[in-house]
Amino acid sequence: MLHNLILIALFSPLLSSIVSALFIRSPKKLGIFSSILIGISFISSFLLFVFYENSFSYSLFDWLNVGNFKLSFGVLIDPISLVMINTVTLVALIVHVYSIFYMDEDKSINRYFSYLGLFVFAMMILVMSDNFLGLFFGWEGVGLCSWLLIGFWFENNDNTKAANEAFIINRIADLGMLMGLFYIYWNTGSLQYSEVFAQIPNLSNTTITLIAMFLFIGAMGKSAQFPLHTWLAKAMAGPTPVSALIHAATMVTAGVYLLVRSNEIFALAPSVNIVITYLGVFVALFAASMAMVSNDLKKIIAYSTLSQLGYMFVACGVGAYWVALFHLFTHAFFKSVLFLGAGNIMHACKNELNIKKMGGLYKDLKVTAIIMIIASASLSGLPFLSGFFSKDKILESAFSTGYLDIWILLLLGAMMTTFYSFRLILLVFFVPSKEKNSHTHDAPKYVLYAMGILGVLSISAGWIINSFEKFINIPFELNIEHSTHYVMILITVLAVIITLVYTICKYKQPIKEPTSKINTILKNEYYIPYLYSNIFVKLYKKIAEFLYEIIDQKILDKFYEKLAFSVFNFGIVLRKLNTSNLSIMIYFVIVGFLLLLLTNFIRILL
Amino acid sequence: MIGLEHYLILSVIIFCIGLLGLLRRKNLLMLFFSTEIMLNAINLAFVSVSSYLGDITGQTVAFFVIAIAASEVAIGIALILLWFKKTRTIDLDSLKYIKG
Repeated sequence: MLHNLILIALFSPLLSSIVSALFIRSPKKLGIFSSILIGISFISSFLLFVFYENSFSYSLFDWLNVGNFKLSFGVLIDPISLVMINTVTLVALIVHVYSIFYMDEDKSINRYFSYLGLFVFAMMILVMSDNFLGLFFGWEGVGLCSWLLIGFWFENNDNTKAANEAFIINRIADLGMLMGLFYIYWNTGSLQYSEVFAQIPNLSNTTITLIAMFLFIGAMGKSAQFPLHTWLAKAMAGPTPVSALIHAATMVTAGVYLLVRSNEIFALAPSVNIVITYLGVFVALFAASMAMVSNDLKKIIAYSTLSQLGYMFVACGVGAYWVALFHLFTHAFFKSVLFLGAGNIMHACKNELNIKKMGGLYKDLKVTAIIMIIASASLSGLPFLSGFFSKDKILESAFSTGYLDIWILLLLGAMMTTFYSFRLILLVFFVPSKEKNSHTHDAPKYVLYAMGILGVLSISAGWIINSFEKFINIPFELNIEHSTHYVMILITVLAVIITLVYTICKYKQPIKEPTSKINTILKNEYYIPYLYSNIFVKLYKKIAEFLYEIIDQKILDKFYEKLAFSVFNFGIVLRKLNTSNLSIMIYFVIVGFLLLLLTNFIRILL
Repeated sequence: MIGLEHYLILSVIIFCIGLLGLLRRKNLLMLFFSTEIMLNAINLAFVSVSSYLGDITGQTVAFFVIAIAASEVAIGIALILLWFKKTRTIDLDSLKYIKG
């Protein structure tokens, strides 16, 4: 029964993908069919959660059997994977339903659903696998689907470039991940989670640190942490529902999942944890600062995702793995609904992305506006919304492990989050628009209902925090006295509310934002993309040109040309031997035979 | 007394005659005769060695060689006939198709 549920949950997205792929050229739209299959996958995942008693591993088939290396394609059902599969399939379901509306006019809508289904399948394997190789398989699968979907509108060359950038940067990180896997196998002789974690305590400190570092490099790429973060903002070239599903709710959180999954490794590598913590804080602030000045609707949300991923990494770094997973869980809902709202806005404004050109959309897009306000409030951590619980828990965890500096910085980050979220809301919905907007429509009802589910979850997902902690059951002690605890919550809430009020006052009217030096730096994303293109890309291009023009063309090609021509010329000489005269050929045969006899004779004599 | 060596020497002499004919002749029929002579030289060697050793195998092989030579000649003569019908000549130099 449970095994069947696992199979249904895992393979119905694949079925959706395959069937959609078969109908790529057909004008029939398969959106509803795909959505139903993803819905089935979600229901199975949810039933797995309902019937869950003990964690167990279920082997589908023997995957690799080479020498001493045995690995089965297994599925692990435990609290972590249950949380992940439910989150993934729920968000995927809503994004599928949303895509029926959003991609309706696209002629290759079936190709889109095929990619999307494949993505869900890969993501399910990533989170359900009971070994590191299966995780890596899913890891690469989601990377592939991300590439396919960012470059979905490949007619535009910029999209293709953005897709390639995402793919290449992920390759860099995946190399780290692969090294980690090799190192794990080298030292423990297995890739099965249970066996690896059982062996980890016997390893030396340096080995564990190296493994943790390599795995973290892999996580950095997928979760777009500094310095591999540039691809995420560019990934917004893809369709907006894709941004919601892949680049906000699921794929980019795979890095966090990896850290949570291998918490038993990371718990023994304190030096790596310090790196993770500080890098997380840095990214949280760094990304938030860019979001504060950006004028691109989707980029703001993308940077916000980056910043929230930073928060999750902080939680992992201080050892509060369940908190990281909890923030991942709540973040998936409010961030994906923000993206879907952005999709509605783009749909209404004919794909306009500059929020400075919008304004006064509230009266036309009332429902979208309300859902987005709820999601933003949740993201900012306004009291009793889901983001409040998870983000606050991260701050407390940092505080209780003695990182006071990090607590302050994260608080600053929370204030920045509030600022950019509501700057977006105000500029898009409330500021009187300069241009006369033609009357626009909100999305159809079923889309708004689907978004409403996510909206409700943005409010309420945080309420289950206590049972969530018990369910995940990765112990983490909070050593904070009650009074301090209340003061901290009060400070956080006050800070957020003050920022909120300040933002509302500031952006009540359309104002000209100052063009100070800092602003320019932030708008240019700290010049990091320029830096990368000037240092790495240009250097790489120089090397490639050198290799092509000197090594390839002048040395290798010349050598092989000479080789080929010498064979050819030798052939011309040999050709003369063939006179087509049979008696001469017989001469050759006999002379050869005599030579053979002679050599044999000489050999016998010697 | 005629011993084995005499037979073998005779066999070698006949073989060399056949070989020379193969090299020198230009007439396709003559080439066939030459190969026939060579085969029979070999047969002679087989039979004499078989008799010398008191082993029947060599003589069996000689029979096989005779049989195969017969069939080979049948096919060869047929080909030569066709060739003659087509070109009105059985000169070896008329068979010059591939030239380097």
